[in-house]
Amino acid sequence: MPLAKRIVPCLDVTCGTVVKGINFLNLKKAGDPVELAKRYSDEGADELVFLDITASSDNRDILRGVVEGVARAISIPFTVGGGIRNVSDARLVLCSGADKVSVNTAAVENPQVITELADVFGQQCVVVAIDAKRRHEKAESKITVETREGPVWFEVYTYGGRKPTGIDAVTWALRAVELGAGEFLVTSMDKDGTKDGYDIELTRTISEKVNVPVIASGGAGVPEHFVEVFTDGKADAALAASVFHYNQYPVPVIKEFLRKQGVIVRP
Amino acid sequence: MPEAVIFDYGVGNLLSLKCALEKVGLNAKIGVSAQQLKKADAIALPGVGSFSAAITKLDAVKETLLAAVESGTPLIGICLGLQLFFPESEEGPGKGLALFEGKNVRLRGEVKVPHMGWNTLRIVKQNALFEGVADESYVYFVHSLYPVPTDKAIVASETEYGATFTSAIASKNVFGTQFHPEKSGDIGLHILENFAKIVKR
Repeated sequence: MPLAKRIVPCLDVTCGTVVKGINFLNLKKAGDPVELAKRYSDEGADELVFLDITASSDNRDILRGVVEGVARAISIPFTVGGGIRNVSDARLVLCSGADKVSVNTAAVENPQVITELADVFGQQCVVVAIDAKRRHEKAESKITVETREGPVWFEVYTYGGRKPTGIDAVTWALRAVELGAGEFLVTSMDKDGTKDGYDIELTRTISEKVNVPVIASGGAGVPEHFVEVFTDGKADAALAASVFHYNQYPVPVIKEFLRKQGVIVRP
Repeated sequence: MPEAVIFDYGVGNLLSLKCALEKVGLNAKIGVSAQQLKKADAIALPGVGSFSAAITKLDAVKETLLAAVESGTPLIGICLGLQLFFPESEEGPGKGLALFEGKNVRLRGEVKVPHMGWNTLRIVKQNALFEGVADESYVYFVHSLYPVPTDKAIVASETEYGATFTSAIASKNVFGTQFHPEKSGDIGLHILENFAKIVKR
């Protein structure tokens, strides 16, 4: 059997609590990241992503506690991102039990950090997160993709989607691979929160150009969206938050659907 | 409780392995000294870091480690830990432990590297580590190189990714997995439980 496609629930954490849309039943403490991680892991999630959305320095000790708690509770891999700017930030979460770190703004502002992290911890530990938005106006020297809406290019945003950079996401991904990125977490800002499906063109363009795995993010609403992003979108993994949090489509339901559609997933 | 020493090359996540070994009933300690290795009931070479850097750290205790293995101390190498069993690696310079002949080579071909995610084991040799593990079980991989042992008799399982590669070895008291049992859910814990049973024998 070939490598299975991964289903990756994402948990947004602030001050030690999961904040985005929690609607689990039978949880003692709604929003407890350790309990949620355990639940997803038991349900058959292949990997987890934690995003520390406060990411302030006073929050560091709390984050370390969360990471360590999760590492003790589950035996599947997990990535931690949010506010990781250098080797010492990364060391803190990796030595607390995370398997990978994701870098976003820090990597755009100082691409060399990708190489530094890869040199110390190995390429497989370094996930480069890219938040991107479609741009319809013509621009020279940008990689343009044909879509149903006509030709577009994808602009990288930093600071949690607040700051446009003018950088083309596909070109950035290619550069990041050269610098030592081991995986990409590609979030479509157009699709995020819409439950309208992943940005297939964005995912596919990056996945076809880079020779490392790509996690698609933003837009998952129904099981068909997962099938689409794995087949047409050529994603290696699909991340989602609200479909899982609200227990609308638990992980086993998504996986069963994928299996019936011929997508290889871990039982 | 038997003591398992996880050798620390100085980088990355060792906590997951420590927790997993504790879950299966081993008193897991993270250590670097020859003295710790000498009195360990089991030794684990974890799977984080690079070949050359790990070899540099291991050099100081190499003789002790080899003597312990020779005297029958169970040894498990995970990912890079398994690759260290062999003398050389395409990842970088340095001489490995040379417990077995062979070498580590890079994944090539029309596949994405690192090989990252859940893939299946084709068990080619039943052994104590795989007791109760079903053929085609899914385990978690994250690696860019794999070992090519000269002696095929030590190969315990193979996995398909671009090419067929050795995903586990077993030989007397020495076990190695290219995948991460500490990250492979219940199956992984079962494999580590088997290792703990070997240690307790």
